[in-house]
Amino acid sequence: MIKRLQGLMLILFLVITLNGFSNALKINFNFLINKCFNSDTGKGSIKVPEGFSATIVADNVGKARHIVISPKGIVYVKSMRKINGKGIFVLKNVGANAKLTIIDTFCNYGGTGIVIKDGYLYASSDEEVFRYKLNAKDEVINPNAPEKIVTGLIEHHQHETKSIALDNVGNIYVNVGAYANSCQEHDRTKGSPGRKPCPILDSAGGIWMFKADKLNQTYGDGIRYATGLRNVVGLDWNQQTNSLFVMQHGRDQLFQNWPQYYSENDGAEFPAECMYELHKGSNCGWPYIYFNQQLNKKMLAPEYGGDGKTEGDASFQDPVIAFPGHLAPNGLLFYTGKQFPEKYKNGAFIAFHGSWNRAPLPQAGYFVVFVPFKDGKPTGKWEVFADGFSGKEVVNSTRSADHRPCGLAQGPDGSLYVTDDSKGTVFKISYTGK
Amino acid sequence: MKKNSLLVLVLLTVMVYALAQSQKPKQKTQDTPAASIERGRAIYQKECLSCHQADGGGVPHINPPLAGNTVLLNDKTKIIAVVLKGMTDRIPIDDEYYSNNMASHAYLTNQEIADVLTFARNSFGNKASVLTAAEVKVVRGVKKK
Ligand code: HEC
Repeated sequence: MIKRLQGLMLILFLVITLNGFSNALKINFNFLINKCFNSDTGKGSIKVPEGFSATIVADNVGKARHIVISPKGIVYVKSMRKINGKGIFVLKNVGANAKLTIIDTFCNYGGTGIVIKDGYLYASSDEEVFRYKLNAKDEVINPNAPEKIVTGLIEHHQHETKSIALDNVGNIYVNVGAYANSCQEHDRTKGSPGRKPCPILDSAGGIWMFKADKLNQTYGDGIRYATGLRNVVGLDWNQQTNSLFVMQHGRDQLFQNWPQYYSENDGAEFPAECMYELHKGSNCGWPYIYFNQQLNKKMLAPEYGGDGKTEGDASFQDPVIAFPGHLAPNGLLFYTGKQFPEKYKNGAFIAFHGSWNRAPLPQAGYFVVFVPFKDGKPTGKWEVFADGFSGKEVVNSTRSADHRPCGLAQGPDGSLYVTDDSKGTVFKISYTGK
Repeated sequence: MKKNSLLVLVLLTVMVYALAQSQKPKQKTQDTPAASIERGRAIYQKECLSCHQADGGGVPHINPPLAGNTVLLNDKTKIIAVVLKGMTDRIPIDDEYYSNNMASHAYLTNQEIADVLTFARNSFGNKASVLTAAEVKVVRGVKKK
């Protein structure tokens, strides 16, 4: 009996110690994972294809959103927030190396959009669009007295940024993001149905077209060029097709708001982030449908009766190409330079800001993607062009990403510039191989 | 001999009892802060993590951090009301604006709201007192029209 008792005690002892041991192991294991995979891969160690090199050319450039580089090499960066009262940074390469120096700041509003066209610098706040005349050296002549081109655009805080692009016949295109996730009666609320018709679409959730040289225009002066776009941040005029291409941020919370139809993984992967080629009257279907990139189909949104399986109205426009969910495409640029190899000519670079909405999967994106194009159409799959901006192997929480790609610009020499609105870093990617 | 088997019996009973205790969900009768935090963790993962993130750090300019959040740590009534009614105030949160809408989570029970807020107030480096279902009940009771 004593023996049995001892045996019992031994088992008890073992159970307790093993339990404690495994706990200790778990901690060590996590620690190890952190050590191995979450370590800083080194600032500026951006992975680019063979023959390319990536360097940091500027730091602390506000909350650097979009960026444009003049023919004479002056770099203008729009900051989302004013820094010391100024919202545009002017940078120039003044030294022997490739680094950029901040030579000036101006502009009394934060915002996202910045474009140069026909001797003017256009920039946007979250409600208005301004333009500044440039001199022969590409310098802003009168930084304190811009012309106000567009005013009174909806800014209800959600999807509030206004990105801009210009065509070649004097029009400017401005995105007005929808101030909702899926036009529900109660935004982002579990089970709340969609409003039909969605009243937001009258003044937001699309692209508006205005004259590039007319002052003080607002909704009635422009036209709703395209609708059914939840929120667009990256957009560019494609010179080859002579048409506007945009990147839509797809809706969030399929799982969180409709757990009866979607698994956590469905909610992380869907819907697709889509590229659309727009024409006057384009309707891309938000909030009624979303795009499922695996089925390659437009699905009826659950707010409008969908269940993850039912297809939506086929008459809505199809995307040109679709990407995994929630990666947040913030910059789009069609490459027209001569520096990069032939394959890149007229293709699309896309800066993905990186997700916040893919839990329980790790967050993803935080990279620059390339889509090869021929005759205005993608010729194949998208590929990651520049990666490692987050500085982490695995990003579980958005804030832990070191850099978040946002804006793209092409330098006069054909180099590609990428901004980061987290630390205000500017990266330059050049082709050095042969 | 008899003594020993009695001992074994007592030991076994104690073990079985302890096991049963650890297995069954903690009842209100013997609630502890640790238990509330554990339940709150599960609720956080399901209801809040997508926006406020695994590390409680939020998403820059979109969803506010709960880590180090002054209101979360200091104003129980306000945070209970935020979970019950949602928040679209667009007032600065620790000096920064956030653009997303937080929806109402009134479908959670008073206990669940107490648990998730107690979890948030004691995670991500935060340290603050326990919040009880009774406190949630009071705020839910004075619902505004
Ligand atoms: C859809 C995204 C989302 C979800 C889900 C969400 N929140 Fe929020 N939460 C926000 C946003 C956005 C704000 C700030 C709104 C504003 O500034 O108007 C906020 C504000 C708060 C605040 C107030 C902070 C302050 O300083 O005033 C607390 C507390 C909070 N959330 C806790 C929670 C808890 C607990 C949950 C889960 C039950 C949760 N949130 C779920 C987005 C979300």
